[in-house]
Amino acid sequence: MTIAARELRVERWTPASRLGAMLAAAAGVALATFPFWAPSDIMRLVVEFACLLAIAQMWNLLAGYGGLISIGQQAYIGLGGYGLVVLANDAHVNPFFCVPLGGLAAAAFAVPTSRIVFRLAGGYFAVGTWVVAEVYRLVFANIAALGGGSGQSLTALIGIPRDVREAVTYWIAIALMAATTGGVYWLLQSRLGLALTAIRDSETAAESQGVDVARTKFIVYVAAAFGSGCAGALYFLNALRISPDAAFGMSWIPLLFFTVVIGGIGTIEGPIVGTLIYFVMRQFLSDYGSWYLIVLGVVAIVVMIWAPRGIWGLLAARTSWRIFPLAHIVRDPRVDA
Amino acid sequence: MVPSPLVEVRNVSKRYGSLTVTANVSLTVDAGEVLGILGPNGAGKTTLFNIMSGDVAPDAGAVFLAGADITKLPPHERCRRGIGRSYQIAKPFGGLSVYENVLVAALFGGRRSGREANAVCAEVLELTGLMRKANRLAGTLTLLDRKRLEFARALGTGPTVLLLDEIAGGLTDHEAQDVVATVSAIRERGIAVIWIEHVVHALLAVATRVIVLDAGAKIAEGEPHAVINSPQVQRVYMGVDVEVEVGA
Repeated sequence: MTIAARELRVERWTPASRLGAMLAAAAGVALATFPFWAPSDIMRLVVEFACLLAIAQMWNLLAGYGGLISIGQQAYIGLGGYGLVVLANDAHVNPFFCVPLGGLAAAAFAVPTSRIVFRLAGGYFAVGTWVVAEVYRLVFANIAALGGGSGQSLTALIGIPRDVREAVTYWIAIALMAATTGGVYWLLQSRLGLALTAIRDSETAAESQGVDVARTKFIVYVAAAFGSGCAGALYFLNALRISPDAAFGMSWIPLLFFTVVIGGIGTIEGPIVGTLIYFVMRQFLSDYGSWYLIVLGVVAIVVMIWAPRGIWGLLAARTSWRIFPLAHIVRDPRVDA
Repeated sequence: MVPSPLVEVRNVSKRYGSLTVTANVSLTVDAGEVLGILGPNGAGKTTLFNIMSGDVAPDAGAVFLAGADITKLPPHERCRRGIGRSYQIAKPFGGLSVYENVLVAALFGGRRSGREANAVCAEVLELTGLMRKANRLAGTLTLLDRKRLEFARALGTGPTVLLLDEIAGGLTDHEAQDVVATVSAIRERGIAVIWIEHVVHALLAVATRVIVLDAGAKIAEGEPHAVINSPQVQRVYMGVDVEVEVGA
């Protein structure tokens, strides 16, 4: 088709999102000062928060945008964690550098794994990813050099002063939070993100409009493995010890479901809201034993029934608030505002 | 030089179990032609489109675009080579705006740069009457506007062949006339159009040739009015008994 019409002016930012970006930057700077004054239990909590948020952002990218409902992301959390332990303990790489390297290890495993799980669709894909994660767990539990089923400690950190270790771990956590959230935003704003959103809404139509669906999903799968791997490495850097059950265990998945679905699947803000709610509830309810889990479950059911698009989804539908705007808004006299 | 035929479907067949939905169908289309496809519900019209766009693999036969065998190519690759299609049951990207829906088509199907894609969107939205609603979420559109959006997206891919699946169904006469005018304008640009439509008068207003499908097989082909008035077509498609026909 010949291109004759004049271009349309397209805006991607709104005043609310500019304010949101400034607040997020300010919060990031404030968080970065914690090691100079905050007690270490608070810092450990922030590191845990960062790990869960990072994994939740990755899972949201997969499930909320790519339509890839994986219940096997613990495979990459575990591979990242074991990547850290092997590289730091056995190859004597600086353990802090091992966080991104753990992510790369997870991504490297994701490439051949995708060849297997991408043969499956829908529910079969979900179960397939879970089986793959179990296979990784069993393989690592049978490697005696890595401590077998009981795992091993991160001995590479011996000799690093505690305050240095805690501060650096903490800063890596802040960086990971910023990088995963910012990275997902950057990706979704790009052409790839537009393709991914189209796939989310109609895979058939996306394919027939020229979107290479298989390639797009592959990129997202490997990117999510990288992010989850980094988060896994950071988690076990913070925990100081790894075992196959902790690394590749199924218990990560209900947490991801809770944070992403409660917060708002298919939005960048959703996982942040969901992770915040989860941590607040955990802090207030963890003294009540099993009541804690019951309340968590009830909250999940209530939100899923009355706000199936999650808390952020509910807010976004009723207001025009977007902290991370993705829309292309056309400003033209011929177009309704 | 535009290759002739631009599109060729050669002896394609498709079965689902014991049900034959496409039976040894062949057709050709040249640039600047509007080929109408008629046939009762279940005649295999949409399946034929699915075979051409790559959504469905035929059991036998081949599809050629500009002389190249594209039978094994995936849908996105066919789209990039020039096959644009709309769906009978609209499949909008509901969470994206109307503008963004067309942008996807122009960026990926049309392989346009960002600037060019923007201009393609402007032109296509103007042509299909969706400009005013460019910022609306596609999921909130009325049925009529969803049909327009199907049309707009297919055009946005910059097709050499446009497959239109019942874009005039459910429209008022006036609206159907708009669609006819748009299809005529597209044809004049040298784009080949294949149009499945039950709204026969709309189709006859612009079609240069018509084929009729029944139970998966091609039963008639030729000049639109002659085909429509043939006794066999009257019987299977219009439900009119052949004996009623005068001068047969």
